Amino acid sequence: MDETLKDLAVHISGVLGTAVRGSKIAYGELTLDVERADIVKVATFLRDDPSCLFTTIIDVCGADYPAREARFEVVYHLLSMKQNLRIRLKVEVDEVSTVPSICSVFVGANWFEREAYDMYGILFTGHPELRRLLTDYGFDGHPLRKDFPLTGFVEVRYDEEAKRVIYEPVRLAQEFRNFDFLSPWEGVEYVLPGDEKASGQPAAPKAG
Amino acid sequence: MAQTLESPRPAAPVRNFQINFGPQHPAAHGVLRLVLELNGEVVERVDPHIGLLHRGTEKLIEAKTYLQAVPYFDRLDYCAPMNQEHAYCLAVERLLGIEVPKRAQLIRVLYSEIGRLLSHLLNVTTFAMDVGALTPPLWGFEAREKLMMFYERASGSRMHAAYFRPGGVHQDLPKKLVEDIGTFCATFPNLLDDLDNLVTGNRIFKQRTVDIGVVSLQDAMAWGFSGVMVRGSGAAWDLRRSQPYECYSELDFDIPIGKHGDCYDRYVVRMEEMRQSNKIMIQCVERLLKEEGPAHSLDHKVTPPKRGEMKRSMEALIHHFKLYTEGFHVPEGDVYAAVEAPKGEFGVYLVADGTNKPYRCKIRAPGFAHLQAMDFLCRGHMLADVSAVLGSLDIVFGEVDR
Repeated sequence: MDETLKDLAVHISGVLGTAVRGSKIAYGELTLDVERADIVKVATFLRDDPSCLFTTIIDVCGADYPAREARFEVVYHLLSMKQNLRIRLKVEVDEVSTVPSICSVFVGANWFEREAYDMYGILFTGHPELRRLLTDYGFDGHPLRKDFPLTGFVEVRYDEEAKRVIYEPVRLAQEFRNFDFLSPWEGVEYVLPGDEKASGQPAAPKAG
Repeated sequence: MAQTLESPRPAAPVRNFQINFGPQHPAAHGVLRLVLELNGEVVERVDPHIGLLHRGTEKLIEAKTYLQAVPYFDRLDYCAPMNQEHAYCLAVERLLGIEVPKRAQLIRVLYSEIGRLLSHLLNVTTFAMDVGALTPPLWGFEAREKLMMFYERASGSRMHAAYFRPGGVHQDLPKKLVEDIGTFCATFPNLLDDLDNLVTGNRIFKQRTVDIGVVSLQDAMAWGFSGVMVRGSGAAWDLRRSQPYECYSELDFDIPIGKHGDCYDRYVVRMEEMRQSNKIMIQCVERLLKEEGPAHSLDHKVTPPKRGEMKRSMEALIHHFKLYTEGFHVPEGDVYAAVEAPKGEFGVYLVADGTNKPYRCKIRAPGFAHLQAMDFLCRGHMLADVSAVLGSLDIVFGEVDR
């Protein structure tokens, strides 16, 4: 299996040249890093080339890595029923740049790109109708971004007086408990109430 | 009114109608809002509005440990809960690199096929209801009730099972349960025969479904269809055969395909798939009664130890404590694992960053790709065909909206 994928990776990067920045095989899956501007060219080639024939679009999704320079990653999964192979393409993009839409190559990419826009705010150019898909009408923000809080910003309830559903800022009866599992034993500074007196300095309450 | 019978009536202004189908409509299979543009009774444009059942599953999973994420998968396609868990468990197992024992694989296959029966029984019978028959759901739901009892006896819950866990299944099946499933399998084809007699040859059913919503194989691929939607169009593509997972490669079953790619073919494919599932279940039951072994991996860094062991071994107690508080850590990497769920290819794209929580978990639901083709499928059809097409797509909103 890995041999086939290796050959395929060599073949693809041989033909497409600089459009493919790199390839990786892990867990029996082939991943290609694709130049953002060339994604339509790469997708068309993968669909039409007789040794690829990745004719089925499986998935397009976003992922958020705030530490990176180009924050978002768009991940495409394609399937070739003829060759019985899968391939993954990755494109990097930041908050303001745009990714060319592959709707012209795979009609089925339409909703997946809309979802990526809805959830991450990734902008696609050439998409027939790039509007929100899953979130509420008039929703503000992009919920799957890492800096979007799990609880969101607004909550809804039916108001008996106004006789309609109203939006209010989220009020939490209890703080969402975030446990630190990365270093449960050492390396964390747990500030116990009263501890600050031991150091002899006037209390400087720390958040924690 | 000065108008008399003789005087010609003013010509009615001709205009297109826009109507809302749903969000509360019995044929919408949940909370789907379709904005239909009609010219007379002919559908000109369909704009599905989804997201009314969006619960932010992917965001929630990012905040939970790997084990705590399992129950969210039951709540996606609630007609076949364990099939979803299966895809997630396969993804986690591939990242962890752990082997699942044979008995656990057999149990998983058995329950995945029960899930397929649950889902197909629901779809086939309510599809018949969408086009005017009332009896099939009453017959189908009787068998579904029995199947849900098997779910309950294995996991303690009729639907939200959380039974498949990374590394195997939660608990082994009692012998009596396996035997009862065997008894069920022996009589289940009778129900399928009854349904066949009632629906398959029915003139009204055929008039409503034959040549409606035809999909060519090429279109099916470009739209990202999978499962029955491609098999109905003539491709013998089934992940259980073409990219086998678990022990499907050791089991004997056929893949039914359709010829015309219309609603009727998809119905017939589903009926035959139930017979094949029944065949797989019989094989699993036979092997489960003969073969002994552990029902989950014995790597206690991932699966919990037995309760009896915990009472005696300090090591086991520590493992148990750590697993249910911190959870296991998964090495860095990303995988895409897919299973042949009843509705099509259900995939999980999992990105791990080395901690005890998934960094990103994208759920690829088959219904999502199918539903976006509604406009393509319904354009030019009559208004009444919309519910027939929708019924044959097998949409469940839990997985479309996530």
